[in-house]
Amino acid sequence: MGAPVFDRVKSDLGALAEDSAVSHGVLVIGVAPDGVLPLVRALKNRGFDMFLDVTAVDWLGQAARFEVVWHFYSTTDKVRVRVKTRVREEQPEVDSLLSLYGSAAFMERECHEMYGIRFRGNDDLRPLLLYEGFVGHPLRKDYAKEQEQPLVPYREGFQ
Amino acid sequence: MSDKVIPIRPEPTGAFEYISTKKDELIGWARKFSLFPYPFVTACCAMEFMAVSSTPYDTDRFGAALPRFSPRQSDLLMVVGTINHKQAPILLKVYEQMCEPKWVMAFGACATSGGFYQNYATLLGVDRIVPVDVYIPGCPPRPEMVIDGIMKLQDKIAHERHPILTQRF
Repeated sequence: MGAPVFDRVKSDLGALAEDSAVSHGVLVIGVAPDGVLPLVRALKNRGFDMFLDVTAVDWLGQAARFEVVWHFYSTTDKVRVRVKTRVREEQPEVDSLLSLYGSAAFMERECHEMYGIRFRGNDDLRPLLLYEGFVGHPLRKDYAKEQEQPLVPYREGFQ
Repeated sequence: MSDKVIPIRPEPTGAFEYISTKKDELIGWARKFSLFPYPFVTACCAMEFMAVSSTPYDTDRFGAALPRFSPRQSDLLMVVGTINHKQAPILLKVYEQMCEPKWVMAFGACATSGGFYQNYATLLGVDRIVPVDVYIPGCPPRPEMVIDGIMKLQDKIAHERHPILTQRF
């Protein structure tokens, strides 16, 4: 599905889309952390004008623990592209897409609070869905599901 | 027509002029039929709350129909839906703003125990932060169960002590 479009996209991107494959109707492009910004800039110029989401995958136990995943949509070609990169636990840092897509601001805030990924260039990474004072990143695999951080002290018998 | 005088205070007939009762029973009887709910509605249980308060089930039959959207005017806090840790201070503030006497109903599985949630976000039962008088199970509860819960709460109110002067007064 969408294969001729993806062939054109791949030929337009050239060497940037070296590591790519079509999966479930989406073009998936793997890239090194440093290559994210040039690739996304090329995608935007190619017509992928809509930034859908940024999230992360926690591969606990692997050397490059976090996989940061972006999705883009082209309103002219009506196809989606997924960009993936791997970062290490010691330095979970990638470039912010704020200079290209304004909507990246909130989605990067959410990804930062849930997975602890830092986005270079996004200066406002305050908690968005979580509350001030929340310690840790709840969607990481090593965050215990029983771990609560209540804001209101519990009544007697519930401590 | 002009000679017909309507007396302002009719002569006593001798029937039902006085009753004797206990203060707690009388006040309990009055209070149990004038529950003013404050719906603290956060999640999908709200649909069932709408069903139970509208015509086919009609909580007005139990005197518990008129929702007050100020906690200061209400005496039954209905916690309808999941409460998470970020909302817990709001719920506590609403509860503290309500005047005595006040009662709390945990409406549905989430308000009762957290339901199927156990994670960083969810409060596992509102009884952890406010005292709950009646729990209604179900996900969401049937309207019949809500009505049963209201009737159980009415029973509780009817058999409660109703001190006129409390230490906090």
